[in-house]
Amino acid sequence: MNIIPLFVIIPLAAAFLISFAGRFAKRIPDILGNSACFALLFLSIYMANALYKIPGHILVYKVGGWIPPIGISMVVDSLTAFMLVTVNLVAFMIAVFSIEYMTKYTDKWKFYTLFMLMIAGINGVTITGDLFNLFVFLEIASISSYALVAFGTESEEMEASFKYAVMGSVASSFILLGIAFLYSWTSTLNMADMASVLAEKGYTRTLPFVSVLFLMGFGLKAALVPFHGWLPDAHPSAPAPISAMLSGVLIKVLGVYALSRIFYNVLGMDSRILSILIFLGALSMLVGVFLAIGQWDLKRLLAYHSISQIGYVILGIGLGTPLGIFGGLFHLFNHSIFKSLLFLNSGAIDYSIGTRNLQEMGGLRARMPVTAATNLIASMSIAGIPPFNGFFSKLIIILACVQAHHAGYAFIAVIGSILTLASFMKVQRYAFFGVLNKKWEAAKEVPVGMLASMIVLGLVCIVAGLFALPPFSAFLTNAANVLVNGKDYAALVWGAVK
Amino acid sequence: MTAYLLCLVLFSIGLYCILRKRNLIKIIIGIGIVEYAVNLFFILVGYRTGGRSPIFARDQVITNMVDPLPQALVLTSIVIGLAVTALLVAIAIRIYEKYGTFDITKINKLKG
Repeated sequence: MNIIPLFVIIPLAAAFLISFAGRFAKRIPDILGNSACFALLFLSIYMANALYKIPGHILVYKVGGWIPPIGISMVVDSLTAFMLVTVNLVAFMIAVFSIEYMTKYTDKWKFYTLFMLMIAGINGVTITGDLFNLFVFLEIASISSYALVAFGTESEEMEASFKYAVMGSVASSFILLGIAFLYSWTSTLNMADMASVLAEKGYTRTLPFVSVLFLMGFGLKAALVPFHGWLPDAHPSAPAPISAMLSGVLIKVLGVYALSRIFYNVLGMDSRILSILIFLGALSMLVGVFLAIGQWDLKRLLAYHSISQIGYVILGIGLGTPLGIFGGLFHLFNHSIFKSLLFLNSGAIDYSIGTRNLQEMGGLRARMPVTAATNLIASMSIAGIPPFNGFFSKLIIILACVQAHHAGYAFIAVIGSILTLASFMKVQRYAFFGVLNKKWEAAKEVPVGMLASMIVLGLVCIVAGLFALPPFSAFLTNAANVLVNGKDYAALVWGAVK
Repeated sequence: MTAYLLCLVLFSIGLYCILRKRNLIKIIIGIGIVEYAVNLFFILVGYRTGGRSPIFARDQVITNMVDPLPQALVLTSIVIGLAVTALLVAIAIRIYEKYGTFDITKINKLKG
């Protein structure tokens, strides 16, 4: 039996069942949501393992039995498998965290329904091999995230959600316009077919225009700096598990993954686009971290750091060298782990003492030891302190910059890292160390389900550094090779179809 | 060619409406206009002068027909647009309940 379509079917079916049965039975949303996420995590790891043994590392599923380019195809290559593992690992941990955390909101089943729809959209974007299908899944993920940002229904949340929805739908329109231009030029929507037609037809002036449209559209979804305005409002306003999901996974899949897949594998990367990407990446790195350092709202500070860290990922991928792409993807994985952990920590603090303001906290280490410990791990990872995963990926990106003769960008990356360290020193100092604020004498550690997911993510932060070393690095090297050998994508897909 | 230019004008009107208007409802209408402009462009891409509808029937020889694929895609895209508009209007109503206004310059609790 073919397991590729299950990555979309399972979350969609779970969303349907939860919305159907959830309002009558209280425990069903928890059970269904978590078991669906667990099944997805298991399947994605199984898939990554199976893919490793196949020659060519590619699997194609023909939806409805139609042969591509007539029908829609779903393509799983090493990059897709890597993204699926990242997404579903984070999603499962967040689902476990939500069991306890979401009890403070009403209508938990609505939360799980939207959450499952979002996962269906994200998984769909990663596995689809068809450009319009990618747009549809992107919209499914986006619309459910607009609704989830407004989940608390307070005035700030509504405002943030409106802003996010307006900017997101403008971005989607640009993406659809780009797809329309590409369709008019190539007469096909299948990504592999489009790549071969484009290679055959040669250069046209449509291509730079389409590139700019995609850069705007996906750049806005990824919150690169000129397009970042919605992120610091939208990410802190959502409930903590959703902030973790948005910052950890959504901006990477809808932004970075879709951008690199389309530019490297379909349009074919050229040096002008690469230099734009590097520049935007470096700009995001600096602007994000400078804005972050003055924040007193913990979640807002983390949201600005998401912009900054996405800059690192884009910088790595934009270098275009094998080492740079390896570093970028490695940092993408690491960032989704530690950023979702940091947001879950902020959720745990909010759950326990009911505030996000750093100035009101203080000395929480004594009352919430596990949260403090996992937060310390995540902070050191994001700041790039040696034994943790963030150090290795940042080091690889900086080395790749130097190797590609971009010493200036390497310097900016180092500066960004130092400022990140400074701002997380501030978080540690005000939230966890120092004298215990008298108000929080009675504060308690959060329930065990929330602790479990934070501990697991913390452990992943510690061991994920191993991905830089063989034999584990094959997982990342294969994923990076899909982008490095971007032109081979079409040939590989056609080879797998026959 | 004129049709494409008018399509571009429509797109620009929509963008202007999103960027410059202060009323939430007008912004939502602007998004609707942008979506319609993109959908119209997609339909125009598939149009052939003098082409007939792409319906296959017996004892008919079709020589010139419009491209059916963009029509199918635009149908999907319209449904997505409906979902976005419905969500935006719902949020706008809740914002009106909280703030008592549709003016975006007065809806500014989020700063920094």
